[in-house]
Amino acid sequence: MKELIRKVVECYGPSGNEHVVRELIKAEIAPFVDEMHVDNLGNLIALKRGGEKKIMFAAHMDEIGVMVTHVDKHGFLRFYPVGGLNPLTLLGNRVLFENGTVGVIGSEKLEAQKDLTLNKLFVDIGAATKEDAEAKVKIGDVGAMSREFVDLGTRLVSKAMDARIACAILIEALKTVAKPAYDVYAVFTTQEEVGLRGARVAAYGITPDLGIALDVTRTGDTPSSITMDVSLGKGPAVKIRDSSVLCTPAVRRFMEQVAKDKGIPYQLEVLEAGGTDAGAIQLTKGGIPAGVMSIACRYVHTASEMVDFSDVEHGVKFVAAIMETAYTG
Amino acid sequence: MLLKELSQAFGPSGCEGEVREVLTQALGAAVGVWQKDALGNLIAVKESTRGPKVMLAAHMDECGLMVSSIDKSGLLRFRKVGGLDDRVLVSKHVVIGSKRVAGVIGAKAIHLQKPEERNQVITLSNLYIDIGAKSKEEAERLVKLGDYAVFATEFGYLSESVVKGKSFDDRAGCAVLAEVLREEYAFTLYGAFTVQEEIGLRGAGVAAYALEPDMAVVLEGTTCNDLPGSEEHGYCTSLGSGPAITIMDASVVCDKRMIGELERLAREHNIPMQYKRSITGGSDAGRINQTKSGVPVVVISVPCRYIHSPVSMLSLKDFEHTVKLVKLFLRSIEGGFVL
Amino acid sequence: MVEATGVSGFEDSVGHIIHQVFSTVADEVTRDTLGNVIALKRGEGQGRPTIMLAGHMDEIGLMITKIEEKGFLRFTSIGGVDQRTLVAQEVKVHGRRDLLGIIGMKPPHLLTPEEANVAIKMQDMVIDVGLTPEEVKAVVSVGDLATINRKFIPLAGDFAAAKAMDDRAAVAAMHQCLLELKGLRHTADLFAVATVQEEVGARGALVSSYHLKPDIGIAIDVCHGDMPGVPDQDTAPLGKGPNLALGGNIHPKVFEKLSELAKEHNIPFTIDPVPGPTGTDAWVMQITRAGIPTALISLPLRYMHTSVETLSLSDIKLAGRLLAYFVASVDREFVEALLCY
Repeated sequence: MKELIRKVVECYGPSGNEHVVRELIKAEIAPFVDEMHVDNLGNLIALKRGGEKKIMFAAHMDEIGVMVTHVDKHGFLRFYPVGGLNPLTLLGNRVLFENGTVGVIGSEKLEAQKDLTLNKLFVDIGAATKEDAEAKVKIGDVGAMSREFVDLGTRLVSKAMDARIACAILIEALKTVAKPAYDVYAVFTTQEEVGLRGARVAAYGITPDLGIALDVTRTGDTPSSITMDVSLGKGPAVKIRDSSVLCTPAVRRFMEQVAKDKGIPYQLEVLEAGGTDAGAIQLTKGGIPAGVMSIACRYVHTASEMVDFSDVEHGVKFVAAIMETAYTG
Repeated sequence: MLLKELSQAFGPSGCEGEVREVLTQALGAAVGVWQKDALGNLIAVKESTRGPKVMLAAHMDECGLMVSSIDKSGLLRFRKVGGLDDRVLVSKHVVIGSKRVAGVIGAKAIHLQKPEERNQVITLSNLYIDIGAKSKEEAERLVKLGDYAVFATEFGYLSESVVKGKSFDDRAGCAVLAEVLREEYAFTLYGAFTVQEEIGLRGAGVAAYALEPDMAVVLEGTTCNDLPGSEEHGYCTSLGSGPAITIMDASVVCDKRMIGELERLAREHNIPMQYKRSITGGSDAGRINQTKSGVPVVVISVPCRYIHSPVSMLSLKDFEHTVKLVKLFLRSIEGGFVL
Repeated sequence: MVEATGVSGFEDSVGHIIHQVFSTVADEVTRDTLGNVIALKRGEGQGRPTIMLAGHMDEIGLMITKIEEKGFLRFTSIGGVDQRTLVAQEVKVHGRRDLLGIIGMKPPHLLTPEEANVAIKMQDMVIDVGLTPEEVKAVVSVGDLATINRKFIPLAGDFAAAKAMDDRAAVAAMHQCLLELKGLRHTADLFAVATVQEEVGARGALVSSYHLKPDIGIAIDVCHGDMPGVPDQDTAPLGKGPNLALGGNIHPKVFEKLSELAKEHNIPFTIDPVPGPTGTDAWVMQITRAGIPTALISLPLRYMHTSVETLSLSDIKLAGRLLAYFVASVDREFVEALLCY
């Protein structure tokens, strides 16, 4: 599975530009699903039949990035953030555009470190002039973080673990699930990072009986960290709440029961700030019961997001088990 | 001139009646069917048995003020309608309520101020509208709580092609839409003049919900900041460089196929065109895009300097090029352009 | 109702009480997927218009994020909790059973002058339940809720104070409306909805208005009551009747009808011009589906989002009465006129 993860996380796909990673995922799941289609917001919606009720899983394909808004006369690029970006984590890093162009993020002179804001940064693709630059990149192009996947053994590091690790888990679950108890809609969503947009329209179109989002969450297990009782290696997390959703208590209890019955270790998650696709799914039409399975992840929204591989393997089992267990809440 | 009439019409968010009247009068011959809804959106319906359903949207509402209390001295306290910077308010002429009562937003004379005061922003709580009433009772004969007010800005020409007036965001968009509606098309066209965009992108989404279009084009009057003191990368758009196409804003990622077609048409017909170069600020496009199972959208804007202030400026050349580009796009749909 | 527990997302406990109470005054009471409690009182005749009232039953509260080594509980807020109002409070922690706890602070004797002048941040507070770590872990887990331990406090005249007056006072007003409707004839079907999750974004009203598709939606919430330090124009006086909002979120004809009826029936009221978002269930109801004509009635309330929210009980009764007259006045013709601008 590590090879699948590597392919999926390293792939290009910032919000609004998910076509490359969508093709990759399509090829991976095609032999294991009954139907696939792409909707008006670019969501990849796969159906694996199995029962009367509909369950929707949502894992977002998009990653954060930078959109070029200006090419100056010396060939430097100005940008706006796509999704939540912290200037501290961009400075000195590299971005990669769809056509393979690499850029370095530099900064204007600062009087004090606290003056570092996104509008003081620029991307340098090594062009000598404006014409040089425009031969490779144009206004509207979006660069994603550029950093390769590294296998540390028990832990894995890469850009875009948020939420490609969830995509990998959903792909693997579709491959390994034996007998689904529902019509399973596996939705690889778009534009989550800019407002849960893909999930919102996908859920409207499907109107599932139950919705489970798969994503990453932060941890409280690094030196002097935020107060949070989630750690790498303690199993996939069952979310209780974040700022976009108060998970339906009956769904949370259902998920805990499935984990207990199958002997899958899990932890409970309370996230103070941050949202997921479940927030959009729960408020669709007359309301949909919704929950989230999260993979604990350190250094979220940086070029080096870290997860625990045993959490990921348990995550696959957990998702497959949910697919096979009817929800009666 | 319709742009002039629209610019001068009284229509802050929640009180767009006069704008609805101007539009229905001006388009009486061109539009046979009008629809309205629970929020006050005004939708021109040009139905066809063929082709896709295309929705064009421009918002009728403008930023303004609302009377929130009347002091015993007869002076009026007010709240802002929409995103107005406090600093544009002082020392302006406004008109209030259905009687269009004249008022001025006053502030302390410079003679009475200490030197330090002149460097401070006069905040909303220190501003008031003076309608010349000498007491609360006198004021209450002319205005009441909840009355709306707009800036009393007259439309005018700065040169043959550059004009000034209030609320080009988005009466310019409304004027573009009106021009487009004067022609006939071989597909169903909905011209949605929407409400309450400035207080939270409210009208467009409910209109799209009811109309269920196959695609939508939002027409805006957008930020143009090509001024001294701004760096080129902060201009957003430039006056005179043609209609501005949005690739992405804070609420939406515009459809690449629609953008591609607009680019092709602009090239082929020599229409100057630019991209909107900021992603801050949302638009009605976001609401339409996420309606039901999703609607592909694009935003085309007339660049306007000084939006969200009493007086804004645009180039009539940009305006005309915008109308031309939108019409070409619609003809292209007629000619078979599909998504 | 105010003494019961019902933090946003976890309203079962208070929802149960409201369900029972509404059953005595309505034809049918149901709950939907998110837990909204919906009471239906049918009108008379064919082609009946529908009206939805929304008053939220959820309250702001706290959620346990971590159990420290020594058994102290770290927590975060659900909804807008002012951290300054938590200091030196008694709380109830809702674990497997309810535990009493204290959010305490260092006594004055041990504070430095600088420490004494700074508001304490929520992230630095803990709940102390006075048990050993083992005893705590047997009862409490991450994700459990905590609320301020406060009883309903009758004050002089008809004023009263409690936690969760925002917005259970509105639920009481809806109950009053249903009571008064027993003595009136009405065409319209009335759905009185005790909504969930308003404090985290009016989520309950969003899904329930989608589901019920009403012709008119009226939210009942609270607004800031008069108090020192706040300009008069930003507050409404207590005991002078309900407050009617005016502005973009409010359909002008619904506002007109409400104010006409209030004048006709000698119900005192005040007006609040709101040019933008009202921050209530009315804001989301208005743009549900193809749009719903909405209005907002508020009960003036002092000290909002503290555990001593104070209001006038007669304002609740008057609001309920006004709503009953409104429901009785609505017919098909009135509803059709709402689409004519």
